[in-house]
Amino acid sequence: MPEARVIPLHTDDLAERPKAVDDVGPLNGADPGADTANQDAGTAAAKDEPPAEWEAALADLLAFARRRILGDYQVDDFGFDADLTENIFIPLLRPLYKNWFRVETVGMHNVPDVGGALVVANHSGTVPLDALMTAVALYDDHPAKRHLRMLGADLLFRTPVLGSLARKSGNTLACNEDAERLLSSGELVGVWPEGFKGVGKPFADRYKLQRFGRGGFVSAALRTKTPIVPAAIVGAEEIYPKIGDLKPLARLLGLPYFPVTPTFPLLGPLGAVPLPSKWYIEFGEPIPTDEIEGDADDPLLVFNLTDQVRETIQQTLYRLLGQRRNAFLG
Amino acid sequence: MKQVPPSVVLVTGVSRFLPAQLASRLAAEPSIERVLGVDTVPPPRDLLRQLGRTELVRADIRNPHIAKVISSAGVDTVVHASLSANPVGSGGRSAMKEMNVIGTMQLLAACQRAESVQRLVLKSTAAVYGASSRDPALFTEAMTPKELPSGGYAKDAAEIEGYVRGFGRRRPDVSVTMLRFTNLIGPQIETVLTRYFALPVVPTVLGYDARVQLLHEQDAVQVLERATREELPGVFNVGGAGVLMLSQAIRRAGRLPFPVPDMAVGAVDRAFRSARLADFSPEQVRFLNFGRVVDTTKLREEFGFTPRWGTVEAFDDYVTGRHLRPVIPPERVREAEQRLLTLAQTASEMREVPCQKRV
Repeated sequence: MPEARVIPLHTDDLAERPKAVDDVGPLNGADPGADTANQDAGTAAAKDEPPAEWEAALADLLAFARRRILGDYQVDDFGFDADLTENIFIPLLRPLYKNWFRVETVGMHNVPDVGGALVVANHSGTVPLDALMTAVALYDDHPAKRHLRMLGADLLFRTPVLGSLARKSGNTLACNEDAERLLSSGELVGVWPEGFKGVGKPFADRYKLQRFGRGGFVSAALRTKTPIVPAAIVGAEEIYPKIGDLKPLARLLGLPYFPVTPTFPLLGPLGAVPLPSKWYIEFGEPIPTDEIEGDADDPLLVFNLTDQVRETIQQTLYRLLGQRRNAFLG
Repeated sequence: MKQVPPSVVLVTGVSRFLPAQLASRLAAEPSIERVLGVDTVPPPRDLLRQLGRTELVRADIRNPHIAKVISSAGVDTVVHASLSANPVGSGGRSAMKEMNVIGTMQLLAACQRAESVQRLVLKSTAAVYGASSRDPALFTEAMTPKELPSGGYAKDAAEIEGYVRGFGRRRPDVSVTMLRFTNLIGPQIETVLTRYFALPVVPTVLGYDARVQLLHEQDAVQVLERATREELPGVFNVGGAGVLMLSQAIRRAGRLPFPVPDMAVGAVDRAFRSARLADFSPEQVRFLNFGRVVDTTKLREEFGFTPRWGTVEAFDDYVTGRHLRPVIPPERVREAEQRLLTLAQTASEMREVPCQKRV
């Protein structure tokens, strides 16, 4: 992408990149390390501690199984099951996050520890893994372990299995009522305003932001006076490079598109394995909405603010791309 | 607004649990002069005993005779609580619709003529919001369903609400209260859901899990009583705090879920209906797929009532009150957990012993 490389917008945020890569190492090794320590309790120090840790883990697991069997857990009004999300969904996604995409986050301090905020990010990758990875990032890498409550398309909630999993992991339908209810109750809400236009765009259009819907997310933030945190995700475009679209098949299946990638459907199920690109997620400076003059029903104000958010994300994307040498190595 | 306490109250559907409970409470109140209970069938014996001085009027609200009852007794408060959700119980779907919709029209026509009527309370249902994947997570009173309920109980309720609104316009001097109840549950009441959760193996729709909001029977009676005794016009959602997932409720009741693919639901419905066990009408199935949760802020702040039982507590009260015997007893699960833990601890201790010898 030559046009992306010419923009010289370097900051020092990524200067410590090599160090961050090293950080991933010990984290990966943490789990097998604990296991081997249990098996050979040769050193005096390892003798007391590891069994206790191991027993605690087993006790946690059994307690979790008991809660699930007896239905003894809490679900909020939206159907968010924190117990299931923390113990099943995020642990399942974590290897993908840490080892496969090696996600690095920048500017996590821009996401508030408490209270409502609206995270707005670019959407890409044919399959919306970027949304899942952002949710893992905010739970694992944010000091307050925040749950991202995402707003999804109605196609998602209409689909069996996926729809109920989406609700249980804290997502809800993208509508103003739900967005405002979540924001005003102090939740961290995630939106991908490009929707299917963004996630299903051809590979040739990578990192070019699509139209930002109708700006409904901005009016929700304005009404609830919550800050907007623009987020830029780099790396997700390369996981499934969409080089073709089987439109008749998509229409038949009721999908917005039916992707053709270099490996799918050519290699069958193997084509469903995402390419191991290197990811960066940068959370930008929050845009406060509590001091903005005017109200949420003023379309011009909403459009301007939408443009401001979109422009911020686009510039951040270009800067991150300028610093990236290789899509797979970073 | 005038706060006149009621003196002559007419309650419809008094042979059923909720209206009967309301009538018995009103009858116990000496300030209320008369309580008239109307239904086509006499109440069962256990309810009859509780009714006290309630005067039973065996009449069909579809019959113009009801107008004479209202005018001759000088009824000032009408509680229309006979809305039926159960086609099996009321002799088939067409009879149920006739009773619900035509009955309401007759009752409202009679009320419109009667000068004495000052207050109308309608027991409606949150089913009027429908249930679909495109709905917001919580319904407020101002919301209308994305698509009108296509049939059954919800359609009846939506039509009845329409007629009641029309009545309110024609008789602006009458205070009209519409209460949209979520699904009722409790140790005594008989509803579609109480029969559903009592099945040892509970059929669900594969790939879906609904959010269920419940209201305890005692809270429902209290809300009806408050609406009867005080003037609180408007539409109010009535439901307990919190949500249970359908799968979670089945586990809490100690039942076994039986997920049925979407396509096979029809066959299961026929099997269960012929066995008179439960109702799996298309509308009920949509509810089992997506569920429905209502916002009760208006109930708490404007109506001034906070349900004593949350959804989870109401459900647990139902489970213990009905003496539902769990298929897997919870004590057995806890025992198994403890046994596995001690087993693991002894195993790890045994492994540690030889190590210590070496040191």
